[in-house]
Amino acid sequence: MSPRSKTAVRRTLRAFALELVIYAALVTGYFFAVLHFLGGWLVHLETQHIRVYAVVAILLIIGQAVVLEAVTTGLMRLLRGGRSE
Amino acid sequence: MFFPISHTHVSPIYLVVVGFLIGVLGGFFGVGGSFIAGPALRLVGVDWNFAVGTDLAHIVGKSVVAAKRHRALGNVDLRLGLIMAIGTIAGAEMGAQLIQVLKRAGNVNFVVSVVSIVIYLSISTFMLWESWKTLARAKSRNAGSKSGPLPPKSDESAFQHVTTAIQRWRIPPMISLPASGVTISLWIILLVAFVGGLCSGFLGGGAGYIRMPSMVYVLGIPTHLAVGTDLFEIIISASYGTFTHAIKGNVDILIALVMNTGAAVGAQLGAISTQYFAGPKIRLAFVPLPLIGAAIVIYTMFSGHKL
Repeated sequence: MSPRSKTAVRRTLRAFALELVIYAALVTGYFFAVLHFLGGWLVHLETQHIRVYAVVAILLIIGQAVVLEAVTTGLMRLLRGGRSE
Repeated sequence: MFFPISHTHVSPIYLVVVGFLIGVLGGFFGVGGSFIAGPALRLVGVDWNFAVGTDLAHIVGKSVVAAKRHRALGNVDLRLGLIMAIGTIAGAEMGAQLIQVLKRAGNVNFVVSVVSIVIYLSISTFMLWESWKTLARAKSRNAGSKSGPLPPKSDESAFQHVTTAIQRWRIPPMISLPASGVTISLWIILLVAFVGGLCSGFLGGGAGYIRMPSMVYVLGIPTHLAVGTDLFEIIISASYGTFTHAIKGNVDILIALVMNTGAAVGAQLGAISTQYFAGPKIRLAFVPLPLIGAAIVIYTMFSGHKL
């Protein structure tokens, strides 16, 4: 790896460590807020309307992924002064 | 934390860490990571059927994150990914049917175990040979010149002559893939995807361990694009798998959502890291992954424990 690449990797890792701390706090809040409220409804769907549950499951996992990607990219950009990588 | 759908108690921290590790592997190598996620869920007491279905749901989320990142880096060939998704789903159905035939014959575990060990070992051995040879050739070529080692994101292969020969098979319709810089027969793309899907349906998981190398060696797709495109294709095929498992009651989406919070960070880290490595180096680093899969299968065969 060239010295320039090494510096870039170091910078990315430093930003990543900071991002991890902020992200952990956000995720902890997410666990308690969203999953707590969704749990009962999802169990009901899984036992009573399995096909709806299957569709909701896919939508939830894709939706969460899109939001988390936006959050992590936003954090990375914020921590690295406007650049995402 | 109690997960009421699968009726299991699992630490959310454990799930996040496992998700993170699989996310890094997925983002860097373009694999689903089911050979680690499945056993990791089993290890904490999640039933086998939930481990398989939940793992697929988590793979969808992780692949969305990693594919979005790879797309931003210019590593996704959308046209190729969409074509491959068709072949993969057809292959996965065929693989599932084969499993049913073997179940009726009563020897499904033995056959699947032996086939998976042979496939895993073959992929690892071949990729070790090819990437080693490519790197050695680049090193000796550059020894007398000023160009130095392979620059990041560059790609070449010691197997290129075979790939070029395959690309010369003009079986219509020919498909042009400008993003990958390749023109190749539709049937070859579908065949590669079908074989990947067959392995997915037959051996379980997303089968990225066979699809990513096939895209590089058979279709001639640059490694970075193969990784990103494979992830995009996994979104479609794993969503299909998640749906079919969910209607059979095999998906605990709450576990998958928790795992995905770790995977979102890991997948981004893995995807960004590919920018600092040349294609042959990524392929060389890929070699241990199928070996881990083979080791898990051998362990379950001889110990009788289903991890």
